[in-house]
Amino acid sequence: MNAVSFSADAYFAEVMREVEAIPTTRRTTLSRRSILKIGVAGGAGLVLAFQLSGKAFAASAPVKGEFAPNAFLRVAPSGRILIYSKGPEIGQGIKTAFPLIIAEELDAAWSDVDIEQAPINPAVFGSQSAGGSRSIPNSWNQLRQAGATARAMLVSAAAREWRVPASEITTQDSQVIHQASGRKLGYGALAVKASALPVPDGKTLKLKTRDQYRLFGKHFGGADNAEIVTGKPLFGIDLKVPGMVYATFTKCPAVGGKVASANLDYLKSLPGVKDAFVVEGTGVVSEVMPGVAILADSTWASFRAKSALQVKWDETNASKDSWSESTKKARELASKVGEQEITKSGDFDAAYKGAVKKVEAFYSYPFVSHATMEPQNCLAHFKGDSVEIWAGTQTPERIITVTAKMLGLPENQVTVHQMRAGGGFGRRLVNDYAAEAAAISKQAGGIPVKLTWTREDDMMHDFYRPGGFHSFKAGVDAAGKLVALSDHFITFSSDGKGPVAGGNIPKEEFPFPLIENGLLTQTMMPLKTPCGAWRAPRSSTCAFAFQSFLNEVATAAGRDHVEFLLELMGEPRWLVPDNQGSLNTGRAAGVIKLAAEKAGWGRTLPKGHGLGVAFYFSHAGHFAETAEVSVDAQNKVTVHKVIVVGDIGPIINMSSAENQAQGAVIDGISTMNLELSIEKGRIGEGNFDEYPLMRITGTPQVETHFIQSDFTPTGLGEPALPPVAPAVANAVFAATGQRIRSMPFFKNLANQAQA
Amino acid sequence: MITLTVNGKPVEVDDSDPSMPLLWVLRDTLDLVGTKYGCGVGQCGACTVHINNVPMRSCSMPLSAAAGQQITTIEGLAKADGTLAAVQKAWVALDVAQCGYCQSGQIMSATALLRANPKPSDEDINTAMYGNLCRCGTYIRIKAAIHAAADDIAKGGVA
Ligand code: FES
Ligand code: FES
Repeated sequence: MNAVSFSADAYFAEVMREVEAIPTTRRTTLSRRSILKIGVAGGAGLVLAFQLSGKAFAASAPVKGEFAPNAFLRVAPSGRILIYSKGPEIGQGIKTAFPLIIAEELDAAWSDVDIEQAPINPAVFGSQSAGGSRSIPNSWNQLRQAGATARAMLVSAAAREWRVPASEITTQDSQVIHQASGRKLGYGALAVKASALPVPDGKTLKLKTRDQYRLFGKHFGGADNAEIVTGKPLFGIDLKVPGMVYATFTKCPAVGGKVASANLDYLKSLPGVKDAFVVEGTGVVSEVMPGVAILADSTWASFRAKSALQVKWDETNASKDSWSESTKKARELASKVGEQEITKSGDFDAAYKGAVKKVEAFYSYPFVSHATMEPQNCLAHFKGDSVEIWAGTQTPERIITVTAKMLGLPENQVTVHQMRAGGGFGRRLVNDYAAEAAAISKQAGGIPVKLTWTREDDMMHDFYRPGGFHSFKAGVDAAGKLVALSDHFITFSSDGKGPVAGGNIPKEEFPFPLIENGLLTQTMMPLKTPCGAWRAPRSSTCAFAFQSFLNEVATAAGRDHVEFLLELMGEPRWLVPDNQGSLNTGRAAGVIKLAAEKAGWGRTLPKGHGLGVAFYFSHAGHFAETAEVSVDAQNKVTVHKVIVVGDIGPIINMSSAENQAQGAVIDGISTMNLELSIEKGRIGEGNFDEYPLMRITGTPQVETHFIQSDFTPTGLGEPALPPVAPAVANAVFAATGQRIRSMPFFKNLANQAQA
Repeated sequence: MITLTVNGKPVEVDDSDPSMPLLWVLRDTLDLVGTKYGCGVGQCGACTVHINNVPMRSCSMPLSAAAGQQITTIEGLAKADGTLAAVQKAWVALDVAQCGYCQSGQIMSATALLRANPKPSDEDINTAMYGNLCRCGTYIRIKAAIHAAADDIAKGGVA
């Protein structure tokens, strides 16, 4: 067992290394043999009391007559094409996008395609995690090959059938076509013959070029839309199996506290309660922390008993974190240079000294929660020598490794069923809730347990986006050019060695690689509160600080912000040579120019209105966004319109892409106005009354434009978010002359109005 | 035992705990899991159902209060033959959902709005949908889908 650990930093480092690794040599074997394995891995899903809509979770072995060249797809003699989506659907649209990539190369008619969630079996499918906006770029080649393999075999089958060279055969809309003789055959009619052919070597496959795309870039509805609008069971929280009990789990509100005593006997006397016990846990926050499990015959009975739970916590080693103390300390540190140097270029001190204009500012942002709409939950059934787990997760493979180790089982005795997740945003990269459900099922004697967290559990036991502080200095020369920039980044550390997850700035982070005389340093304050990856980790907060401060500098220099940003970009180039995952200043300039053009940058605005712009590069995506706001006499801000311009290469599904961009804008505005208080190691907020996510009334108009460049497509779950907050902050400045340097924006502004 | 009328059908449920919120009776007892738990305190709208055609938060309504009332859930909106109602159709056509978790509640609120006000303005929509949170931020499409459903209803579609 691991040493006790209140931090998930090491866990995140490992997960992110995994999802961010660009797969090169390790490639999924697209062999037929792999299909059989799937059947085994997914066989146990049939115990469901009521069926999931569609066909449960798992591939059954292919039916006779079906053409199944690899684990990703099957063509039935009827012509229906079944495609397995291997990744977790968390609202980012991957259950539709992955099959689209396969269908594009297969040249299938989309209306012929049925979609199912693939069973969890990384040996067959490769990585099945969703994080870092890496799903699309990392699976791009694998999925294209899966589709192209099938297409090539269908073409070969037709060539044999018609005795013509394969090169004379084309495909379209699930049909092979021999133009010269006017013959056509549906894929279904060739299923049996194609099945008899050898699977071609991946290297011989010809993948489509841009001009050959028929599906990409069009609007496609989500794979589960029909089930969603009719309320079919799709999510982990919807499941029920025979003999299942409903559980709650209560941990110490200050992370690291242990159960000293609890009124277990009283709890067990309550109606509907079947059992109550203390779970010692592994002491690892990404697994199982100590707490009290209550098992009951309904969710409500378990919730009601939970509210009658009285625990004496032993908080000897528990967190004593205090946000107000941290803020005070950070302010004291602001005037100093950071203890560690992250990156340095040129000679900051000399350049700053020689600067004609100097600007200094202090920025801060608080901790925030993921607050996924579906609270964390998991159904687990420990069966002595195996365990079966149903969960909405972003990292199903991790459930296997963590649970196997925790329960002392071989990994092949852990079966995980991927459920649709009611939101991810990075929260479900950690499967603490799944480990808890498995541990409770085991301790309860091997009965199936559905663990449901209350909203309050969810808010108080998250892996938070860490708060942080930036103390900036910048200098401009006589020509108004930025010649020196420094940031003392004040962050947190759980081990004193490195920053908490999501609270680090790598040296490549924009804009430092573009700064002639730059100095980025950091100081870490101790922290026990668990931190994690929150949608566009670090970028979503750094963008606010960096891009707002650049606007301060541009303003001080008397420069136009757009022109100032373009000057910063300079000549078109990759910032890390030969790395297409790095910032390309040409792509950056492209989105900035288009955003300015679409927003009518420089136009006269109505009285009280302001227009702001911000650019950010994260997760391989280049995004520039403008916001138009108005501010009234009470400093009440209305965001009227946000224009999003992105370059993430070709768009797979335009409907999903626009939805993600709109969602990012709304998330950006929502979160710039949220904060968690932490005192005595406890999160002060419990439910949505205290953590008021934005409602429909705050929604601006959103206009989205994509520059569909020819590069490998990259993900969209995250990179549209970071520029939102600084664009709004810069717009508020343009409207009022008031600079926003801390979140929550609107509350702080309103306070300024009263002061 | 107590009798509830759910989606037009009478059902008998155990009322040994009359304080149990309707939400959990629907989900755990009747296996109608389309109605979702989001907050349990009337803040998010994920649990919205219709009680006598009025949108209500089922997390905040005890079983005892639901007896004898007409209860409609997301599972009861489409016709028995599977034909979707106008709001559901619009939700599919405009591809509203991201994660989809809040959408049953959104659709129930939108349906109640359109039944009372078949041609709502943006302001009407804001008022009617204020109680339904969407963490994924699908508000723009929700608004558009309500307008699309209103157009459909004007042409004879059923809310
Ligand atoms: S669960 Fe009822 S309003 Fe949130
Ligand atoms: S679609 Fe995810 S919460 Fe609304």
